[in-house]
Amino acid sequence: MTTMTYAQAMDEFDPVFGIEVHVELNTRTKMFCGCANEFGAEPNTQVCPVCLGLPGAMPVTNEKAVESAIRLGLALGCSIRESSRFARKNYFYPDLAKDYQISQYDEPTCYEGALDVVLDDGTVVEIGIERAHMEEDAGKNTHVGGTGGIQGADYSLVDYNRGGVPLVEIVTKPITGMGDRTAEVARAYVATIRDIVRALGISDGRMEQGSVRADVNLSLRPKAVAGESQDDVPFGKRSETKNVNSLRAIERAVHFEAARQASLLLAGRPVVQETRHWHEDTSSTTPGRSKEEAEDYRYFPEPDLLPVQPAREWVEELRGTIPEHPAKMRARLREEWGFSDLEMRDAVAADALGLIASTVEAGTTAQSARKWWMGELSRVANDREVALGELPVTPAAVAELQGLVDSGKINDKLARQALEGVLAGEGSPTEVVASRGLEVVSDDSALEKAVDDALAAQPDVLAKIQDGKVQAAGAIVGAVMKATRGQADAARVREIILQRAGVEG
Amino acid sequence: MTAVDAAARDWTRATAAEMADALAAGEVTSVALVQAHLDRIAAVDGADPSEGVHAFLHVNAEEALATAAAVDADRAAGVAMPRMAGVPIAVKDVVVTQGMPSTAGSRILEGWIPPYDATVTRKIREARMPILGKTNMDEFAMGSSTEHSGYGPTRNPWDLERIPGGSGGGSAAALAAFEAPLAVGSDTGGSIRQPASVTATVGVKPTYGGVSRFGAIALASSLDQLGPCGRTVLDTALLHEVMGGHDVMDATSLDEPVPAVVEAALAGAAMDLTGVRVGVVKEISGEDGGFQDGVKQRFEESLDRLRAMGAETVEVSCPSFEYALAAYYVILPSEASSNLAKFDSVRFGMRVEKETIEKTMLATRAEGFGDEVKRRIILGTYALSAGYYDAYYGSAQKVRTLVQRDFDAAFAQCDVLVSPTTPTTPFKIGERIDDPLAMYLNDVATIPANLAGIPGMSLPAGLAPEDGLPTGFQILAPAHEDARLYKVGAALEASLVADWGGPLTAQAPEVAQ
Repeated sequence: MTTMTYAQAMDEFDPVFGIEVHVELNTRTKMFCGCANEFGAEPNTQVCPVCLGLPGAMPVTNEKAVESAIRLGLALGCSIRESSRFARKNYFYPDLAKDYQISQYDEPTCYEGALDVVLDDGTVVEIGIERAHMEEDAGKNTHVGGTGGIQGADYSLVDYNRGGVPLVEIVTKPITGMGDRTAEVARAYVATIRDIVRALGISDGRMEQGSVRADVNLSLRPKAVAGESQDDVPFGKRSETKNVNSLRAIERAVHFEAARQASLLLAGRPVVQETRHWHEDTSSTTPGRSKEEAEDYRYFPEPDLLPVQPAREWVEELRGTIPEHPAKMRARLREEWGFSDLEMRDAVAADALGLIASTVEAGTTAQSARKWWMGELSRVANDREVALGELPVTPAAVAELQGLVDSGKINDKLARQALEGVLAGEGSPTEVVASRGLEVVSDDSALEKAVDDALAAQPDVLAKIQDGKVQAAGAIVGAVMKATRGQADAARVREIILQRAGVEG
Repeated sequence: MTAVDAAARDWTRATAAEMADALAAGEVTSVALVQAHLDRIAAVDGADPSEGVHAFLHVNAEEALATAAAVDADRAAGVAMPRMAGVPIAVKDVVVTQGMPSTAGSRILEGWIPPYDATVTRKIREARMPILGKTNMDEFAMGSSTEHSGYGPTRNPWDLERIPGGSGGGSAAALAAFEAPLAVGSDTGGSIRQPASVTATVGVKPTYGGVSRFGAIALASSLDQLGPCGRTVLDTALLHEVMGGHDVMDATSLDEPVPAVVEAALAGAAMDLTGVRVGVVKEISGEDGGFQDGVKQRFEESLDRLRAMGAETVEVSCPSFEYALAAYYVILPSEASSNLAKFDSVRFGMRVEKETIEKTMLATRAEGFGDEVKRRIILGTYALSAGYYDAYYGSAQKVRTLVQRDFDAAFAQCDVLVSPTTPTTPFKIGERIDDPLAMYLNDVATIPANLAGIPGMSLPAGLAPEDGLPTGFQILAPAHEDARLYKVGAALEASLVADWGGPLTAQAPEVAQ
């Protein structure tokens, strides 16, 4: 069987894909009980009878999670159902405490939305959203011994801390017509969801910690022949690649699956409808559950919970809290700030847009704000291994610092020292400048004396200048700066030297 | 009453209300009450499941006495007490009790000690009522005879050869055998009312949501309701007020005050039912056969008594009740199949260790569950399966809506509806064990109330002339109108007791010891 590349696969076939994204909400407590919803605690320390599924325990819906789900739905352009309900999804697995998951089935809270996704070249693609529904997460299994799977393990450990953590699952409609941009669109879609949940403040959006997880469905169908519409060609059998947990992996998973399916189809072999596991190390997928074991989840309405019936006024109130679409906000800011593509991309990558925006708001130019955040402050953040936003400096302080530079009170070099003081907790930039005595020396008489002293120490320099070798003044400037410990205004020093030499600057 | 009288009195024969009054008056101590009941349990419950009444799966002697002693000490010190403080109580094993076994009658939970209290347990503890122990039941409340308990059947104190009803046969038998004055029950399709009927005791299924289900091991969540059991209507009302009320831990709990059921019971005892419209439900009153003659006779006599007290009786029809039993036996197993999935050996209870987790789960469930539980899990799993859901679960839900509509229409004409509680007096142990359908028919009159979420009561209507065994009178009221049950029930009880010369349970033969 010939192994195809992604590009070859896209030449031969028309791809259809869909993505399910699970977003872990950052509510203080779990979906149906009062246990803390925090990542990284000791195993089984954030559990109670409810999330352990002990006999007799009952769930109670976390209203904050419902609010987050509705806000996310609104941000995805979804309609919000006046009455939706939870359903039980029944299957046996050790990490599922009740052996059913409380989810939503035929009546999801958010449905029928559309989301614009902006690709790197500025192309806007609209992705249809089928639904966004609430559910609870399962616990986490660790299999010890054997191959690392549940079968053949020496023993398995279960941590139920994650059990009952609130999730919103966002399901797209089938996405067609993307051709060889399929992988790029898939990646950009998940990135947009991540940006939106962060902008909403409903999730930390950290894919590496699993707080945003994606399942990628992909199928290939023949390209339409002449006179036939591509829409009339039926979909092929699809694979569902589970838990693809980085943007790069999403692109790669699409590449791998498209190539794998194309190779099978060209060899005349069928694609099996199945779930597949993603392997980060090899950038490949392997089959998951086989069809024989396909589950019948026996969904039915959760009788322990009342329907979710958000008041219309509340939904409208929440609609007012939805932030601007991240990609559109970026386009607008780029325009307003006059950043280059590269500058914008770097600022986005450093998660600095908000910081720059606040700094600009505090009264400085976008370029100055960018220079500080993407320059000195990025360097410090990198050294300290923290995020930019975690540095002990506010956008207002950065604006104040730049103000001191703009007014000539300090120069760039002194400003860096002042910033150091601010980061060390010594106070505001103005306070640090005062306490460290960093103000630029602009008193001409003091400078004139320093220049005269330097000229006296190097008598040959004056003659050289007068001979027209103006660059020789540099030696005197250097000496003056040294004598004033850098606090002199170098340009003014140079002017004084030239005046003394009787030449025009 | 003098101190000598109080000491000589057999307190196990007293009503809970009398006990509460005597405690408040200092005529008896809680320790004495608890000890009297522990002695009675030791005397009649049987040292071995094969003998005696076998109402209890666990006797909580030490803790009950400690609770009683603390109540007595506080009372002596003048501390203000809840009304029922010091009155002992038995709790059906379906309700979890921290530090006390809670098996729901199943082997699969043998040895499990819950780390938390059900809301009802907490309320009982807050009311400072000593818990005598946990009562026997059909496994996971599936059954009408207690024969499906994983720990052997409970026997009816009226005749130890006969069933005490189910699933709450243990609670009802404990009351009838004077092993406890009050008991907690749970009613999913009649599990409080039917045992009350066949033991000549009183049992109430409150409005759905009237008593928190938090901590009640779920059978069918949309049908389950905890409720009070006693020997008199007033006692039952007193317990109802202890158990009831809103609970933030149960999303389906009603956010409204407990109905004034004690007041209603006291009012009813005045035997004036002028203006009360009583509907006799044609479909569950034995008109179409299937009901024992003595049951029908006692029911008719009870109607006469209601009329004599000023009530007006009318016949009403609820045509959809014909399908209620069938719908119930789709909804219940469906929900149960999901609720019972958690018994997988991973976190608690029995574990039959095998080489893989899957085999361990299978082996544990194969060994831990009894036949009736397996039967219903299979039924429910099938009914919820892809391709069958609409035909079974979907249709059953439609019937449920029709039953609710029938009740709505009936209650538009009447204040309460009445019927015999069960078609027959208690049958013999073993008689129907191999005929599940015959067993299910026991609940034909009680099931509609669960489907509609309305409250219902069973109280003694007298012994059937042909076999001398108890018959029950069922009263149903619209949702939230639990107080009506108590008013009408107390009136009928007062009328009957006046003729009997005391509670019917006093006529039960002494349990062979």
